[in-house]
Formats: sequence, structure tokens, C-alpha cells
Amino acid sequence: MKKYDAIIIGAGHNGITNAAYLAKAGLNVLVVEKNDYIGGAAVSRELEEGFTYSNCSYVCSLMRQVIHRDLNLTKHGLMIIPYPGSMTYSEEGEIFYNYNHSEVAYNSIRKISPHDADGLMRMNADLTRYATVIRKTLLRTPPDPTSFKPKDIMELLFLAKEFWSMGEREIYEYVRFFTMGAAEFLDEYLENDLIKAYYAVSGIIGTALGVYSPGSAYILLHHVMGDVDGSVGAWGLSRGGMGSISKALASAATEFGAEIRTNAPVQKILVKNRKAVGVVLENGDEIMSDIVVSNLDAKRTFTNIMDKDDLPEGIYEKASKFKFKGSSGKVNIALSGIPKFKGAVDNPFVNRSSAYLVGSMEVMEKGYDCWKRGRWSDDPMVETVLPSPWDPTMTRPGEHWMSCFVQYCPAELADGPWTPEKRDAFGATVIDKIERHAPGFKDLIVHAEIRTPHEIENEVGLTEGNIFQGELTIDQLLFNRPFPGYAQYRMPVKNMYMCGSSTHPGGGVSSACGANAAREILKDLRKTNTVPEDDCYDD
Amino acid sequence: MTTNQLRYPDEELRHSPFHERMVALSARDSWSAWNGYKLANNFYDGEYEYFCIRNMCGTYDVSPMQKYEITGSDAERMLDRLVTRDITKLREDRVTYVVWCTDDGRVIDDGTIFKTGPQKYMLTCGSPCIAWFRKACFGYKDVDVKDVSDTIAGLAFQGPTSYSVLKAMGLDGVETLKPFGIMNFPFKETELMVSRTGFTGDLGYELWIDAEHALDLWDALYAAGEDYGIQPFGEEALNMARMEAGFIMPYMEFAEALKTVHFEHDQTPAELGLDWLVDFKKPRFNGRAALLKEKETGPKYTLCKLDIEGNKPAEGAEIYSDKDCANQIGYVTSAMWSPVVKASIALAMIETKHKDGDLWAEVYYYKELRPYKKVAKCTLQNKPFYAPPHAKKTPPDPF
Amino acid sequence: MKKYDAIVIGAGHNGLTNAAYLAKAGLDVVVLEKNEYIGGAAVSRSLTEGFTYSNCSYVCSMMRQSLHRDLNLTKYGLRIVPYVGQMYFGNGKCKWGYWNPDVEYNNARSRNPHDADAMARFFTDLNRYAQVIRKTLLRTPPNPASMKPRDIMEILYLAKEFWKLGEKEIYEYIRFFTMSAVEFLDDYFDDDLLKASLASAGIIGTAVGVHSPGSAYILLHHVMGDVDGNVGAWGLARGGMGAISNALAGAATDFGAEIRTNAPVAEMIVKGGKAAGVILENGDEVHAKIVVSNLDAKRTFTKIVNKEDLPEDIYNRAKNFKFRGSSGKVNIALSGLPKFTGAPDNKFLNRAGVMFGCSLKSMEKAFDAWKRGKWADELYIEAVIPSPWDPTVAPPGQHWMSTFIQYCPANLADGPWTPEKRDAFGETVISNIERYCPNFRDLIVHKEVRTPHEIENEVGLTEGNIFQGELTIDQLLFNRPFPGYAQYRMPIKNMYMCGSSTHPGGGVSSACGANAAREILKDLGKTNVVPEDDCNDD
Repeated sequence: MKKYDAIIIGAGHNGITNAAYLAKAGLNVLVVEKNDYIGGAAVSRELEEGFTYSNCSYVCSLMRQVIHRDLNLTKHGLMIIPYPGSMTYSEEGEIFYNYNHSEVAYNSIRKISPHDADGLMRMNADLTRYATVIRKTLLRTPPDPTSFKPKDIMELLFLAKEFWSMGEREIYEYVRFFTMGAAEFLDEYLENDLIKAYYAVSGIIGTALGVYSPGSAYILLHHVMGDVDGSVGAWGLSRGGMGSISKALASAATEFGAEIRTNAPVQKILVKNRKAVGVVLENGDEIMSDIVVSNLDAKRTFTNIMDKDDLPEGIYEKASKFKFKGSSGKVNIALSGIPKFKGAVDNPFVNRSSAYLVGSMEVMEKGYDCWKRGRWSDDPMVETVLPSPWDPTMTRPGEHWMSCFVQYCPAELADGPWTPEKRDAFGATVIDKIERHAPGFKDLIVHAEIRTPHEIENEVGLTEGNIFQGELTIDQLLFNRPFPGYAQYRMPVKNMYMCGSSTHPGGGVSSACGANAAREILKDLRKTNTVPEDDCYDD
Repeated sequence: MTTNQLRYPDEELRHSPFHERMVALSARDSWSAWNGYKLANNFYDGEYEYFCIRNMCGTYDVSPMQKYEITGSDAERMLDRLVTRDITKLREDRVTYVVWCTDDGRVIDDGTIFKTGPQKYMLTCGSPCIAWFRKACFGYKDVDVKDVSDTIAGLAFQGPTSYSVLKAMGLDGVETLKPFGIMNFPFKETELMVSRTGFTGDLGYELWIDAEHALDLWDALYAAGEDYGIQPFGEEALNMARMEAGFIMPYMEFAEALKTVHFEHDQTPAELGLDWLVDFKKPRFNGRAALLKEKETGPKYTLCKLDIEGNKPAEGAEIYSDKDCANQIGYVTSAMWSPVVKASIALAMIETKHKDGDLWAEVYYYKELRPYKKVAKCTLQNKPFYAPPHAKKTPPDPF
Repeated sequence: MKKYDAIVIGAGHNGLTNAAYLAKAGLDVVVLEKNEYIGGAAVSRSLTEGFTYSNCSYVCSMMRQSLHRDLNLTKYGLRIVPYVGQMYFGNGKCKWGYWNPDVEYNNARSRNPHDADAMARFFTDLNRYAQVIRKTLLRTPPNPASMKPRDIMEILYLAKEFWKLGEKEIYEYIRFFTMSAVEFLDDYFDDDLLKASLASAGIIGTAVGVHSPGSAYILLHHVMGDVDGNVGAWGLARGGMGAISNALAGAATDFGAEIRTNAPVAEMIVKGGKAAGVILENGDEVHAKIVVSNLDAKRTFTKIVNKEDLPEDIYNRAKNFKFRGSSGKVNIALSGLPKFTGAPDNKFLNRAGVMFGCSLKSMEKAFDAWKRGKWADELYIEAVIPSPWDPTVAPPGQHWMSTFIQYCPANLADGPWTPEKRDAFGETVISNIERYCPNFRDLIVHKEVRTPHEIENEVGLTEGNIFQGELTIDQLLFNRPFPGYAQYRMPIKNMYMCGSSTHPGGGVSSACGANAAREILKDLGKTNVVPEDDCNDD
């Protein structure tokens, strides 16, 4: 029987990235995927004829450009197109449009609030400064602060240097920032409710925090940390849907010789003498390998496909307590035309931007309160994106599809488990909400796919439907991610690694986790590193 | 005259036949000049428009381009003598890319020649060259050069969905149009000439029509293109696309030989990587002897495509053969961060004998007003930075 | 009695430049000026109340920027304001051009696309020639007969500049030196008015016609200057051309030079074959180790140097030095801004030079009249009205106009110049201008008419030649003023020349004076303080 050098469990984008780099280094790699398609949460799916949805993740900003360049993903068909901006609509038809172009944005914001136009410039400078420091850690393996290995000490020094280069005053600000609520942070710069709501959205997306919860300011930063072509904080669309990213990565991996097997759900990681030696598929097939890399989240990895007995004490408990707190829903809607939002100007950029349907931070806070009580709000925050005016490959000309990301949607309902009826009711709430913002919207609907955390967990495999493979709170970040002492991608069982978003630097379609893990694996195998160490950005 | 008039009256730029529509779509009102016409730098943002070219489709006003109608039984001979390529091989309804040189073999300009009839050509180029063309006519009996720049409107229409829009506009048969081909279609009471040419490296066409019908053409095109993301783009976007495609630009890659004070500052076709445009099988053409001589030794410089590490556009960078930057061997002519390739790319003039060795760029950039420089490794690329396979397909992919 | 290190005769701009550099090097220098004012032909004079004329030279383009900078002339009040363009009138038409190439391109193209295209080539070619010559301006020309290493180096330097042109260009260059302005322009342009306007630069101040061989070079000489790197551009000195002299004098004085006006020199003292000082007309003697003459070659050697002190051939050469005065000047104070028929309603062009009589035919006719010792009925007039952009030279709302006339004979066929003839000449000029501005005469407040006769007598330029001697190839570079004496050292030991009769020739450039200072310092074994290269590294 064939023995592989490495098996990667899960063909999500991090798993494929990991496979690509291992294969590039000459390893004989197999990726096993439970679904009949690859991509995990970075997929493009045609569920209704003529409409291709990015039915999970839908925007791209964290994707590391250096990996794009290094793996030549353009050649493999990837094109990332930046959004010209994004906006917020209130139900009353108020609109705040934030153009990526700073001069245009200034003018547009000034019309609403001269105060905020000024405040925003300061805020963006501050956020960019914080982000610059954090961003440098993305493609680095986090150090173990308790270790005395030279490498760990070097890493700590590197981080400290980045940190200290900020100056004493900024460091206090930075520390404060990490523990702040998004609302508090925004209040320091802004006064207009709509504008604050717009920025606060970034503080809650995908996370079970309210805009007033401590730590939500960092989530906001996490979202502006990405960039497209040097425009920090800019978001982009992947041409052909998010599946194009997975496809391009898979094409690169395959070209390097990696093998990708779909419809191959793993039942168990085989451990012998405290060493990982392979996997058993659900159909009973055993596949042997020197190394096993799990791209599943920390909980699934250690509680679903590993035996508690194979693990050192404490890990199983830590894994089962890893914070997920699923809080997001997704509705994908096929449309026969472009919806017209109240207050929207006739501007070609408007249809090519993402829009938050939320009027104020209070509305979000109410939604959060509902979530805490195991319900969804009647008035949830919906982020809509209409990729089709900007991407001719996803629908027929003149037809469109809309991605709706909903915050908050509980993973567990107070009134018992999710049912198809409840799911549809959730969908109806979302569609009603959009209808209130864009009268006539319902008439355009051709098809809708409604995904609560329940659907996301079951199909994609993200526990509680948490899009980040675990909350991005400070206790689960950097050298704490996934667990203190295991942030270097090596797991307590020898020859076993993790490469998913449960590891540093966390969620988002960035490929960073997969690449970092590959670097550590190659180091253990004493192979020459093939993974870019630094990001292209030296700013 | 008002006293607060800030503009030279004679600087008042003319409006292209498409101007009215472009003004309506310009969010930024940012214009520069091209041959006395207003030319959009951008309409919203260079990169945004660049993605129209790469992703959907966009129009670029090429009306300010110089257009010359060359007719007569000696037109072919005159052109054949003028340019380095063999014009006798150019068939009707075909377009060819050409350069023309001084007697010393230095490039005066590049352009395209359209063979529109048995004894009829249209030559387009970026800068006026009428005085030179008239000189080129001396000695030929039946050839006439007419400047039709102001009477023919031109619209470059580029991007992956451009073909679908032309189909939606009702241009039946356009699916058979091959790269560098020409087709004519009845349009209103006039004729629309469509050539499958462009300056972006993507699928694309150029539409030519008499100036009076320019707005009709625009309206028809934009009506058909509504669902295909049609959008005008300006010079910034064009410059990005052409760099990725590896196309040269006057005043960036080459200095027009007739307008350079220092003769060593102009270029030969081989230096620009255009030796393939020089047909030495032709017994005579302007610059032949000088170019033949150059061929023996090879060009002193060669225009190279570079992939430069890091993300800082290497504009104005100098190229060295060593990391210590002791031995300068060339200079960057144009550079950018390529949003599609995700790489810092550049075109650079490099001493031919050094181009296959180690290449280092000293890159200069500013961060919040402070200048920085760094030394970055360069990798020589032999192919265009971006050359999508769909660009050359016939028939093109429909949407 | 006090003995100076150096005496400079004549406080023209070159004399002042020379004095400034000698004083800068630590020499004790005195400048002796015959008039009661300094500046020579670079003067600002108020001849009627409220108006200040640049009554001789009137535009500034050749002033070496490196000298301006080195002597810090800005500190001494000098400001050169560039022209915006020029208007030219001829054959009943008016056209105009701009120095801004983009504006000019649009402007030219709207008239004639062919000429607009050719214009770019014309200026490229002209610049190509000019940049080679320009490099020689602040260098002492070599003596081709000498074998001194320095001379050989210079010849090699020139050859290098020359050969850098490439073989084809060198042929062109040689051809160019012997060409007429019209021949040269015919290579490029169709339009007669345009050609005439450009050809005018080929005859200004020189007794050649637009068809005469060599006029192409004069044309080049005029575009050789630049203002702020804009090659060929002309500028106006704020406050008139006297501002240049005043600034130079300010710099010289600060370095310790002494300037004495009303001190006409009668004779140079030569002792033991060496220059030792001068005798003033009032009989005073001034002694110095060195004597530098800023007078033209003829006046220097035939008026203030004794024939006995000179080698024979020098005296003859000086006597025969070609002057052929051919220019007149009329300065007119005006009560309002004249409106010229056909001129565009464009206030930018108030800051332009104005050329009347731009017709190759009438220009050639005027040359023919000059040859016969007359002035023509139709003259070429180059005018400029500085007052709209220089508030210091006329009362608000009032203006003054400088008109420079080509050709006006130094010697009339019908006997010597008289005040009546001078006024008749002035009348011809006014009536010429009147053709372009019908009410011109009504605006006139005051006028000053200067024929070569007046210019010679007052300023001291022989035959009123504005260049201190013709700029023809036989009197240029190592032939200027005389073969073998182009290095500013004269046949009498310790005597030098520093005026426009030396290389690189006429024009308010300060280059002659600076070059001479460099050579003097070399002879004295002093460290050179004179900029060697021009700022332009093109």
C-alpha cells in the first residue's frame, strides 16, 4: 500500500495551501476532503441554474499577496478585484458611502459630517498603525513565551521590536485598544450614528461580541488588517467566486504533485506509539503517512477524529472548551434584476460595493442581546454584496445574485434545535429586512439558499458555524491559538500538525495558517523552506 | 476678457467627439492633454478602471490619436519604404503594428497601419508626424497623406466581455473577427469600422467612425454594455494594462528620435525588443543600413521585463549587476504594482551583455513624505506579465 | 599715490563682472566709467518723469545663470522674469507663440499642423546645436596654433563635444555654420510669417540679411540663452536692464571694488612694455599692476592705446575689426497700452515680445537699403512693453515700449547723421508701428530715438554695434577678437580685454568678463573663483 509523506485533512483553502507548499518542497502529499467538492468555506457553487454563489465566505481581503505571487495563482486563474468602497443604509434611506479613494471619500463623508470626515482621517491613521504591527506577524509562527529556545526568543524580540517601535504612548494606546469595545473606540473619533454603525459592523462580523463588548475593537482591526494591492483595509472580490481561490490553490498544489481526494471523510487519525501514522476514512480505508495535518478546527480535530486516549491530558478538555459561539448566518439570493435601495444614488460604484443594512449601533446591540438569549433579532445587521455587476462569470447578463451575511444568528436556539422551518423563518426575517430597505426586492428573487450556523457546521464542518474556526478573542489569539504551548502548529501527538484557522493568525481567507504550518513541518523534516517568510509589505 | 481667466486662451483644449458623454461619467474631472485634446486621466480611480479592462469591459477614447489616410497607387511603396516591416504582405482588412526610423535607425514612433482598401491605408500613431510623412512621399508620384485625426473618432473597447457587448449591439459576424482583423458594419447612415486591436493585452476591439456619429456609437455601445459592466477608462488604467502586456509607450520606453536633443537618448527597434518588426529581406527602408550594422554587434541596450521582489513600484529605479549597486547597467522605464499578478513589475532598459546576469534594482519610494530606498532582486521575464488565453480566442468566450 | 592691483576700463556689465571676480579673489580693483552712470549698454534711465527706459539692451536671456547664482545677484536686487511668448506681425497678419511647449503646440497646431509638428523638430535640432556651443560660453577658447597642454585640452574638449554629435550631425553642424537663416528655416516650415519671425533672430544686431550665409548661426546665438532652464526663452530684468548692472556693481562693491563714474580714460600708461595704469581725461593718473579694457577692440587699440605700444598687425586688425552698425533703438513713453490690429485679446501676451514687419521679403529689402547707406521705409521692429509686468518702470496705467530696429546704417550715404535725420528715422519707426496700431501716435508721451550714431557716442559702442563687433564666424571663438589673442591676454603685458569683443561675444551674458577674470587670476597665480561650467548639465 502506498504511503504518503503527508496527509492533509480537509481541502479548505488553508489545507490546500499547506499541501501546495509541502508538495513544492518535494513531499508526496494527499489531501482528503469529506465533501464532493473542494474549498471548504471558500467555494463557488451553482445551486440554481445560471447562478454561481460564493455560498460561504464572500469577500477577500486577508489573502496574503506574497502567497498569491509565490504560487503564481494568477496563472492558475485567480483574479482579485478590489471593491470601490462600501456603505451603510438606514431603513429611512440615509446613506453613508465610504469610497476607497480617500479624496472622494473625504468629500462624500464631509457632506454628512465635517466632524467625522476629519475624525476618520485620524482614525484610519491610527488603525493602520495598529494594523501594520499586527500584519507583520501574520506570516510568522507565533513564539511560545515560556520557551527558551532561541527561535522563540528571537520571535518574541521581533514582536517586541515591532511593538516598541511604536513609542511609549502608542503602546499604552495599543494595550488599551486590545481590551476596548468597538463603540468606545469609535466614539473617540466619530459622532454620526450611521458612520459609527458602518465602522462598528467590522467589530462584530463573525464574532459573538456586541459593539460594546470589550475586545470588539480588535475584531474591527482584524477586518481592516487585510488589504488589496497595498490599499490597507480594502476588500476584494474573487472573480468567479471564492471557489476560484481554492481552485487556483488546488491547481498549484496539483502541479507540484499533490493529490486531492474528494468524498473521503476521515473517521480517525491513526496514532501509534504517540505518533500520528495515518488516517482511517469513514469507508474503512486506511491511508498511511509520515505526517498528518489537520485543517479542521481545534474542536473537531481533537474531539471528533482523535481518540481521547491518544492525547495528553488536558488537550481534549481544552479543545472541547475552545470558544466558537456561532453567531452568523448567510443567505444567498438569486435575483432577476438589481435591487434599488432607498436613498441609493444612481452611481455605478454603488452596485459594485458592499452595503451594510443597519442604521445605528443600538440596532446591532439589540441584535446581540437577542443572540445572547438564543434568538435572532427581527432587525438583524445584514451585509449585502452584489458581486454580479462586477463579475460577469457568476450570473447571466442582467441577472444577479446577492450575498447576505447576517449578524447575529445563534448556533443554538433557546427553543430547541434548528429545524428547516426555523431556518426558513430566519431567511424570511432577512428577506423582510432587505425588503424594508429596498422595496420590490422580493419580486426579484429567483432562488434563495439560507444557511444558519447549523447548516454551516453540518456541511462545511465549521463548529457552530463559526467562520473563524473559533472566536478571535485575545485569549485565543497569537501564542494562545489554538492552545497555549501549541501555537507553533505542532500538536501534542508527534508528527501531527494543525493548519486551519484555529491556528495563528486565525480566520479569514488568508492562506497564512496553511503556509505557516507548512514552514514548521518543513523545518521538522529538515527540508529547505519554500514558504515566503515575509509579506511583500515593508511599510 | 475676464480678469480672473487663468488659462491661456490658446491652451483651451479641444473636446473629442465623445467628450460630452465622458464628462457625464467623470467623477473626478481629472484631465490631461493629448495632441491638443482633453484626455481623461481617470474617471474615478485608475485601478478601478483597470479592473474594468481585466474583468468586464471598458472604453478608452483614442480620438486624439493621430490618424492619417494614405492613398494612391504608390501608397504601398511609400509605406514600405517608411516602416521597417514588409507592408506588401499586409492584406486588405488587416492591421499591422509598425515602427519607423530615421536614417540612423532610431525609432521615430510606433503605430498601426490599417489596410482599408486596395490603395488605401490608415496609419495611426501617438504623436503628430505629418511633416515626416510628407517628406517620405517625395519621389513617389501617386501618394497622398491626409490628416484625418479630427474627422475620425476612435474608441478602444477592451476587456473580456467586449465581444459579448458587440454581439448584443447586433454586430453579426464579429465572432469571426480574428486578432488584427478589420470588419465594417453599417451603422445608422454611415459605416462603423471594427478592428480587433488594442493596447491592453486583453480581448478587445477598436471602433472607428466619422466624428458626427461618435455619440450615436457611444450610446449604442453603452446601451448594449449595461449588463456587461461597461465603463470608460482613462490613461492611468491604460498605462497599467499596457505595462502588464509589455507594450511600449512613447516618452516612457522610447524618446521620439526626431525630438531628442541628445542623439544617444533615442532607441533602435532592437533596443526596444522590436527587432521582429524589422524585415531585412526588404531591399530598402529608412534606417536599413544602420540597423543592419547594429545587427552585427547586437543592440547596446535591451528593453527587459522585470519581476522585482517586494511591493514598491520601481519607478525611476536604476538597475545594477550587483547587490552593492556599484555597477549600473540600466534603468527602469516604467513600473507598477500589478494588481492581477500580485507582483511589482517593471520595464527596464538594460545593457544587453548584462541582461542575463544578476539584476538588482535600487528602488526609491516615499512613506509619508520621507524618502526611502532599498535594493531588490529582479527576475527577468520573457513573456508578458499577464497574457490571458481568452484574449486571442476566435470566436471569443461569450458571457 | 595709491596703486591698484587692477583697473577695469568701462563699467559695462562685463567690466563690472570682471571687477567683481577680481575683487572676490582679493584684488584691489577700481572701475573707471566715462559716463555719470554705470552699466554701459545695460542701463535703466529715466529720461522723462515717471518712466524708466532700458534705453539700450532690453531683453535678457544670455545672462549666465551660474554667475547670477555665484555672485548672489538676487540679493542685490536682480530678478529675471521670463517672457510668456511673442506676437509677430507681417503681411497684414498677426500670429503669436508661447514658450510653454504644450500651450505652443496646441496654438501652432490650430494654425498649421505641419508646422506645429516641424516646430518640435526645429527646436530639438536647434537645441542640439546650442547645447554644444553653450558649453563653450564659460570657457576660454583655445589657441589652435598653440602646443600648450591647456590649449590642447580645450581643443580636445571642444572636439569631444563636437564629435558627440555623431558623424551625420557634424556635417549638419558645419553646414549650419555657413547657412542662411532662410535656408535653415525652409527645411522645416511652410508659413512665411512664421519663418520671418524666426529668421529675425538671425539678423538682430548684425549686418547680414536673412538670406546671407552665416545668419543661421546668429539665430542660434539668440536661442542659446535660457531663463531657468527654458532654452531659448527670453526674460526681462525687473527695473530695466540697469538692474543687472546695479546688482553686479553691488556685488563688486561688497567684495571691495571701487567704481568711479565721470572718469573717462584718455590713455593707457605703458612702461617697459607693460601696462601700468591709465591717464584720465582730466589728467589724473591711476596706477595699477593690471589694466583690463571693457571697451570694444577698436576703441581699445585705436583710441586709448598708443599705436607705438602695439605690434603692427594688432593695430591694423583692431582698425579693421568688423562693426558695421546696423541697429537703431527708439524708446517710447505711452499714456496707455497700445492695441495692435489683429492681436488676440489675451492678457498673457502682454508679457510677450512683439515683432513688426515679419516678412522675409521686406526684411531682405531693408537689408538692401542698409547696404546702400539708407534705412528702409518698412523696417523690422522688435518691440517689448515691459510695463504691464514690471510695475517699477512706468506709472500705473501708463507704459513704455522698447523698439529695436533692424536695419539702421551707422554711416549714411548722404553724409553724417544729424538731429534732423535722427528724428526722420524716428518718424519712420513710429509710422511703421502706426500701421499696426492706428492711434499709436496719440499715446506717445515722450520718445528717445537712438541711431548707431547716438549709441556710439553715448555708450561707446563703435558704429553702435550692440555686440562690440559682428558675430560672424571669422570673429568668433578663437578668432575673437583676433587670432592668437582669444585668451583675454593682449599683446601688451598685464593688459587684458573683458568686453563683448572677446569670446563668447555680445549679449548681456557676463561671460566675457568672468572668463577674463579667470585668466587674470591664473596669471597672478591666484585660486580661481570664477565658475567654470554653466549650471546647465544637459
